[in-house]
Amino acid sequence: MTEPEAEIVRFDNVGLRYGTDKEVLTDVSFTLFPGTFYFLTGASGAGKTSLLKLLYLAQRPSRGKISMFGTDAITLPRERLPGFRRRLGVVFQDFRLIPHLSAFDNVALPLRVAGVEEDDLRKPVADMLEWVGLGDRSHARPATLSGGEQQRVAIARAVIGRPDMLVADEPTGNVDPDMAVKLLRLFEALNRLGTTVVVATHDVHLLRKVPDSLIMRLDRGRLSDPTGALRYPPRRAGIPAR
Amino acid sequence: MSAPPALPRAIVARLRTVGAAITGGSETQLVPQTRLSGPMPWVIAIMVLLTAIAAAAGLALGNLASQASADLSGGITVQVVNAAPGARARQANDALAALRESPGVAQVRLVPAAEVDALLEPWLGKRVASANDESVADALPVPALIDVRLAGAADGAAVNRIRARLAKVAPDARVDAQAGWLEPVFAAIGALRWLAAALIALLALTTIAAVLLAARTALDSHRGTIEIVHMLGGTDAQIARVFQRSIAIDAGAGGALGLALAVAVILALARRFDALGSGLAGGAELGWGDWLLLALVPLAGVALATVTARAAVLRALRRML
Repeated sequence: MTEPEAEIVRFDNVGLRYGTDKEVLTDVSFTLFPGTFYFLTGASGAGKTSLLKLLYLAQRPSRGKISMFGTDAITLPRERLPGFRRRLGVVFQDFRLIPHLSAFDNVALPLRVAGVEEDDLRKPVADMLEWVGLGDRSHARPATLSGGEQQRVAIARAVIGRPDMLVADEPTGNVDPDMAVKLLRLFEALNRLGTTVVVATHDVHLLRKVPDSLIMRLDRGRLSDPTGALRYPPRRAGIPAR
Repeated sequence: MSAPPALPRAIVARLRTVGAAITGGSETQLVPQTRLSGPMPWVIAIMVLLTAIAAAAGLALGNLASQASADLSGGITVQVVNAAPGARARQANDALAALRESPGVAQVRLVPAAEVDALLEPWLGKRVASANDESVADALPVPALIDVRLAGAADGAAVNRIRARLAKVAPDARVDAQAGWLEPVFAAIGALRWLAAALIALLALTTIAAVLLAARTALDSHRGTIEIVHMLGGTDAQIARVFQRSIAIDAGAGGALGLALAVAVILALARRFDALGSGLAGGAELGWGDWLLLALVPLAGVALATVTARAAVLRALRRML
């Protein structure tokens, strides 16, 4: 049954293991609300990427319950997954750009997948590339772009469709500090437009740059709530608290 | 510049949709537009070539059997076997007269000596060297032949009726249905047609196997890209359409080449069979309908390959989350 979207994501006692190995995520429970900015921190190997995989529906949990956009994401029929995924924007840690496509075509991909007409996507894609400073590199293939440029293309691809939730895995890991701040401002701008943003990072300096953000910390697969904000999220206009 | 009127805009939009459906539209950019695999068009070409030749053989044999069957279905041969030329001629004439008065007999003809000579010529030569330079039929105790055409089929009952009627007037007459002589030939032709059908089925299965392998290889090599497209909300049908389009182009090119080669081979074989000058082989011709059926072979190949590729891709995609 579909529930009202008071919360965008809810994890209840979620566990994840790969094969017969020990759990990489254990008893993870949290709720994400619409229009909120979250940082997911933790040491390398703490389970950040695994948690993000569950968030962007690339993985099903071994146990527990996940609801997304008011719907049980675990029992979600396969044919409904594309519709859910189109509401998400994902910045992968390894960028995962399509090598045979130009920067323009990579950024245009979510719009093409969603069936946007070619005439209607040219300007927004060009504007987005311009905004991330790659207006003059729109025809370049990923192999000819630097790591930072590839990361910016990946971010542009993730946000071009104005997703309901943006999930970014170390999105500023390969860019210089100025570009990192600029990208954070882009995420904040999206967030102000109502997009829930989840940024996984191990860069503690980044956390201070978004004052209204909530912090989730993963430690060896277990989630902690260092600021208490997850348990008692601040009330926002139009956004119900848990 | 003013906006175009609504109707042409709608038509343009409709044409774009149709065009995108044919070319794959923007979906062609979802995964690399390389062919499923390099040798794919050649595999399809060989399959279509062999299938078209097998189909042509099956159709020609069918035509041969139909024509021979139609020629012989109402045919009866009466042989008057008597060593004495006088008695033989008398019985033959009496039999001829009796047959002409028999109900159900459409046509009766005493086979002339010259025609009998021609039939025996391959074995006995043109003329027997004798003082009278007489025909083979005169010099040897060759049976007198009467060719009978019945209005209906020359089945066992009809043959028995003729046999009973001739028993009194021509006791040395032997009556045989012409179709009966060729029964083993028809059986052999039937077996060959089944063989052709089996070959076509085997070739279709081989095509399916080749396409499955190629589709699997293509999926493996583009797995990363497909996963990304999935993560961005791409549907299985969108991805399958790209692979389908790719294999359809391969199969179309290979099919056209295979059909062209098959037509050349069939025409060359037809020329050889024509040169035989055999009455039986002459019936093994292909009509316009048969050529049309052969032209459908590459289209069937394209359809088979496309459906197979779609099924293989969808099955593989269902294993991904």
